[in-house]
Amino acid sequence: MTAESAPAFAAKDFKSDIKPVWCPGCGDYSVLSSVTKALAELQTPPEDVAVVSGIGCSSRIPAYTNCYGFHGVHGRALPLAIGLKVSRPDLTVIVTGGDGDGYSIGGNHFLHACRRNVDMTYIVMDNQVYGMTKGQPSPTTEPDWESGLVPGGTRIRPFMPLVVALASGANFIARGFSGDPNGTAQLIAEAIRHPGFSFVEVLSPCVTFRPEQRNWKHETHPAPVEATNDRGRAARRLATDDGFNTGVLFYDNRAPYMPPVDANLTDVQQFDREFAV
Amino acid sequence: MNTSDPAAQAAETITVALVGSGGSGVMTAGDFLLRAASKAGWYGMMTRSSGPQIRGGEAAAYVTLSSRPVDAPSDRFDMLYAIDWKNAERFSAEIPLDTASLIVSGEAGATVPDAFTKGGARIAELDVKALLKDVSGGRPNMLALGVVCTLMGIQPDAVEDVLESRLGKKGAMAIESSTAAAELGAKCARDLPSFPKLSTPAQNGPEHWVITGNQAAGLGALRGGIRFVAAYPITPATEILEWMSPRLPKVGGNLVQAEDELASINMAIGASYGGTPSLTATSGPGLALMTESIGLAIASETPVVVVDVMRGGPSTGIPTKSEQGDLNLAVFGLHGDAPHVVVAPTSISDCVFTTQWAVHLAESMQTAAIVLSDQALGQTISVIDKPADIAFATRRLVADTVDESYNRYALTGTGVSPMSLPGTPGGQYTADGLEHNPRGTPSSTAEDHAAQMEKRLQKIVEFDYGSHWADIDGDGDVAVVTWGSMTGPVREAARRVDPDGSKVRVVSLRLLAPAKPEWLAEALDGVERTLVVEQTHSAQFYHYLYSHFGLDTNAEPFHRPGPLPLRPAELEAKIREWTRQ
Repeated sequence: MTAESAPAFAAKDFKSDIKPVWCPGCGDYSVLSSVTKALAELQTPPEDVAVVSGIGCSSRIPAYTNCYGFHGVHGRALPLAIGLKVSRPDLTVIVTGGDGDGYSIGGNHFLHACRRNVDMTYIVMDNQVYGMTKGQPSPTTEPDWESGLVPGGTRIRPFMPLVVALASGANFIARGFSGDPNGTAQLIAEAIRHPGFSFVEVLSPCVTFRPEQRNWKHETHPAPVEATNDRGRAARRLATDDGFNTGVLFYDNRAPYMPPVDANLTDVQQFDREFAV
Repeated sequence: MNTSDPAAQAAETITVALVGSGGSGVMTAGDFLLRAASKAGWYGMMTRSSGPQIRGGEAAAYVTLSSRPVDAPSDRFDMLYAIDWKNAERFSAEIPLDTASLIVSGEAGATVPDAFTKGGARIAELDVKALLKDVSGGRPNMLALGVVCTLMGIQPDAVEDVLESRLGKKGAMAIESSTAAAELGAKCARDLPSFPKLSTPAQNGPEHWVITGNQAAGLGALRGGIRFVAAYPITPATEILEWMSPRLPKVGGNLVQAEDELASINMAIGASYGGTPSLTATSGPGLALMTESIGLAIASETPVVVVDVMRGGPSTGIPTKSEQGDLNLAVFGLHGDAPHVVVAPTSISDCVFTTQWAVHLAESMQTAAIVLSDQALGQTISVIDKPADIAFATRRLVADTVDESYNRYALTGTGVSPMSLPGTPGGQYTADGLEHNPRGTPSSTAEDHAAQMEKRLQKIVEFDYGSHWADIDGDGDVAVVTWGSMTGPVREAARRVDPDGSKVRVVSLRLLAPAKPEWLAEALDGVERTLVVEQTHSAQFYHYLYSHFGLDTNAEPFHRPGPLPLRPAELEAKIREWTRQ
């Protein structure tokens, strides 16, 4: 084998030996696999990747990878990742989480992370339910979904993450399906490669509390049109699609955010002067 | 200086209040007065008071000048200079006047409100409008500056020096018209009633600085090595962030404005996880929002510094005034058993040291350190001796090279374990708020929980805090135990009762958590009576000392909420009574 033909890292090199807490059949197993496949495709050494998350079933992913990880508090994965990326721009930063973590308790950070456009990839495994707490409605749950916490349904219209991401300034928007791990791996790899804030919403069934989501494999389909960089066209498509279009749906070329860097560094002692009488 | 003829002798300390309505420029005049006095060698401090308006509205500048360091608000005012009297009564409780005080009214024909005259102060009037008629661009606040400086004996060249350096950006015209107005004020001062002159300041002393506590905290943070700051604006902490923002890039760091305090604390933790010493600054409402994530920093052993510049609470409270009511929140506000560090600066000058020390503690112990400053320290401008430049050997214990046996949360015997930074091959781990085993893998076993809890506690309890845990002055069988901005008034009161420090012991705690009862007991050895001084309504500090420091049962709390400062005279009376017995 020559050096060219032997990639340094295979997907398994990005997996840890920790056994996931997920239920058998959970879509998140496939998403984990897609993440590691994407990293293998990019050939980024595991120690140069940080996977950051909040709380929830899908937020358990960092420890299941062989990358650096931070499993933070509920809803705050994005600011945690932003602090890391702006101070360590050399790292590849991936944020993972669920719909409750990202769109409900962390909703404000979602808006501002899209606006800020720091170079990172945000993967949301959307199963339209709080699984870890055993079946409560999330922001993406249908208004008439029956649950113990909200009998009769929430009667609130579902949150539209892709539309919100577009309106807030995300630089890359895609939708994947956990039942298509290779396709999702491609989306994730492309999202990581794309500069700025890349948002990948992955439909990832909760077979325990939303068994009807097993049917998603029949409902998802590749988007019938090419990705657009036209914000107006994307707005119409994302606001009116059936929620099951997969693929890259929008991309932009806004410059990623980085705080200012001063080329002429000075010593802290220089600041003493401004106070001297 | 309560004498029958106030001008008969030079005064060591003089305090002046400047008041005026929105746009009258009292803050500028107060600032220039302080700076002019500093140029001429005096010490001093200036506090600001204003109405609730965002911009404009009545304002008051309280300036104390002295030939020795000033660390407490004055008991009384020697002069009240009003540019006008619109809504000035709002400040009357803050400006105690007596028969030796002089009121100068800059508004011809106006009636001085009873609230100010009831103490019997002398009143003089200047027809400022008429006086400034022929001074093009001359403003009443600059005339006031000339009047006040001349009455106190501050040399005209010091005033000119300040006008030139502070107004330089506004151009020659601004300097010229301000100088003309100040000179006119100086002329008017000669016709005003007699007033004491400041006693000559010591020459050849240490270099003096003009600085606020918030700037000092920012400087201490940079000295300590902070290179990432996440910021969300909040009164009265914003100036720390604004001071640091343009300076961080000059030392290779940066500041990010966050969308809220939940984001700012998490950004700081994220940056610190990457290896950059990180800080955020806030006030009580922000600290309340941050407490969940401070717990994350503690559990994941990621160093972070949070500065809380306290204001009146609860809830939105009194954002522009000082209070020490966040003590309980800072010490006890975290969920679960979450050992961490809480420190408090003992003066404006000490904001440099204590913030720098907080960085050292957080980095050395890989934990969260909360700095409890307050509005009185943070927003007061003070002329101080240049703070000492102290170099801590601040080093985070980092795993530079790792092998297969590497465990991020290894039980090392000290509680501190080497932290591998992202980018280090083989050092990969997941920092986690979940309880974990030494490797970092989530664990809910009793054994791992006990071991990691003990690790996180041990490193904080056994750390060598040196002598920095408290400032201890004087000796004797009466002790005053205090903290934060109350230290200044306590020290001033003790000095008055006991100038040579043989009767009164002042203990100001810099290290509030972890509690060190044995050190306090040693500091209070031989003491018969202890007074506990703080600015809270519920005596939080007293109760904390009682419950966690084994404070003597006959110790007595001396406490009051903000917004009025505790003045040295109140404490002096109490201490005098005790030392007589």
